[in-house]
Amino acid sequence: MSFFTELDVSVIAPSLPFLWTGLKFTVTLTLIAMSGGIILGTLLALARLSPFSPLAMAASWYVNLMRSIPLLMVILWFFLIIPLITGYPMGAETSAIITFTAFEAAYYSEIMRAGIQSVSRGQVFAGQAIGMTYAQTMGHIVLPQAFRNMLPVLLTQTIILFQDTSLVYAIGAKDLLKAAEIAGKNYNRPVEMYIFAAVIYFVICFSLSRLVKHLQSRIAIIR
Amino acid sequence: MNYHWNWGIFLEQVKGGDETYLNWLFTGLGWTLAVAISAWLIALSIGIGIGTLRTAPNKGLAWFAATWVELFRNVPLLVQMFLWFFVVPELLPREWSLWVKQDLPAKEFITATLCLGLFTSARVAEQVRAGIQSLSRGQTMAGLAVGFTLTQTYRYVILPMAFRIIIPPLTSEFMNIFKNSSVAFAIGVMELTFQARQMQEDSEQGIETYLAVTVLYFICAFIANRGMAFLEQRTRVPGFIASAK
Repeated sequence: MSFFTELDVSVIAPSLPFLWTGLKFTVTLTLIAMSGGIILGTLLALARLSPFSPLAMAASWYVNLMRSIPLLMVILWFFLIIPLITGYPMGAETSAIITFTAFEAAYYSEIMRAGIQSVSRGQVFAGQAIGMTYAQTMGHIVLPQAFRNMLPVLLTQTIILFQDTSLVYAIGAKDLLKAAEIAGKNYNRPVEMYIFAAVIYFVICFSLSRLVKHLQSRIAIIR
Repeated sequence: MNYHWNWGIFLEQVKGGDETYLNWLFTGLGWTLAVAISAWLIALSIGIGIGTLRTAPNKGLAWFAATWVELFRNVPLLVQMFLWFFVVPELLPREWSLWVKQDLPAKEFITATLCLGLFTSARVAEQVRAGIQSLSRGQTMAGLAVGFTLTQTYRYVILPMAFRIIIPPLTSEFMNIFKNSSVAFAIGVMELTFQARQMQEDSEQGIETYLAVTVLYFICAFIANRGMAFLEQRTRVPGFIASAK
């Protein structure tokens, strides 16, 4: 196999600091979109389940809209629309953070909705019976259980989110993939760099999915 | 918001060409459909095979199938596109490599379809496996007890049931493949997202462009959804919860 002998792995070492900056942005974007997405998603889920129908309808429209457009189109939309609304030009990185938070909120909200619905009705009644308000019942009784039940699914979604961040390529934000591409061009070794980026993505996602499996077996059947 | 609306843009001619922007969008739609549907055929045929192998009693086969799934699931689709487009041709023997780089017709389309098909095959395989494992063990035993071989049991007892069970998750996967086909723009397939970016730069009417493209994606997803719902209705097994609706 001539291919493997022709591979020049020596270009990887000098480009590591550059790739590291890219990876840092990928991870930052994932973490911000995850926390923001889960918080917004939970609010969306509560809105969808609320008895006030205009609110429920608005939330369900938002979620369904986001879920039926390709993420790439959403990225392009936000990149175009945000500067038009605010009147200021916006960097690709900031735009990516806003886009992913708003987009992932739709997916996390579906998970949280399933989580909330998996909590037995009696729990809500019990909360009301001892005089808790809606906010207290949700905050102290329903949401903690919903969150715990859905933890593996939330993490699986985060792995998908981590992979999807590579799509910021479309607006030129410098994430891991973009860094690998630039490094590949600089050293004229694109093949090595693409393989190396793929290996990094694989190692991170594979380890995370193992972790989720482990977690699933630990928190399953707590009732 | 300071934006100059121009809804007539779709009928205007593109800069330096005799096509209209509408022509561009329809070309894009055509490529999107071509990539998504051909990739779906690849994904279904390989996914069914791999998913079935994952439940096989043979350890080696099950391991091979599991590795397949993990490999395709844990690398981002865009990275896989680049791997197929830039790296795989280098892996081939020299003459083949030259042929792929220079003479392969519709190179971008073939690469993108293969990549998206294999990527989705791992997801389909997981659904198939879940479908098979959701059946009671009694079904396999009954098949074996009436004298079927294991292959026959899969062919006549297990798979026909499993396929029906997994139609709803396969519906979302089918809708996903239209959305995921947008990633093919990165290696130069002239599908909808590619055309959207091109038209936005060329016409500077971003909002109208993106709205039109979004609507086209919507229609694709909607038709895919209705088609699968029809299939689901036609293949219902009497006596199961799903058929009571």
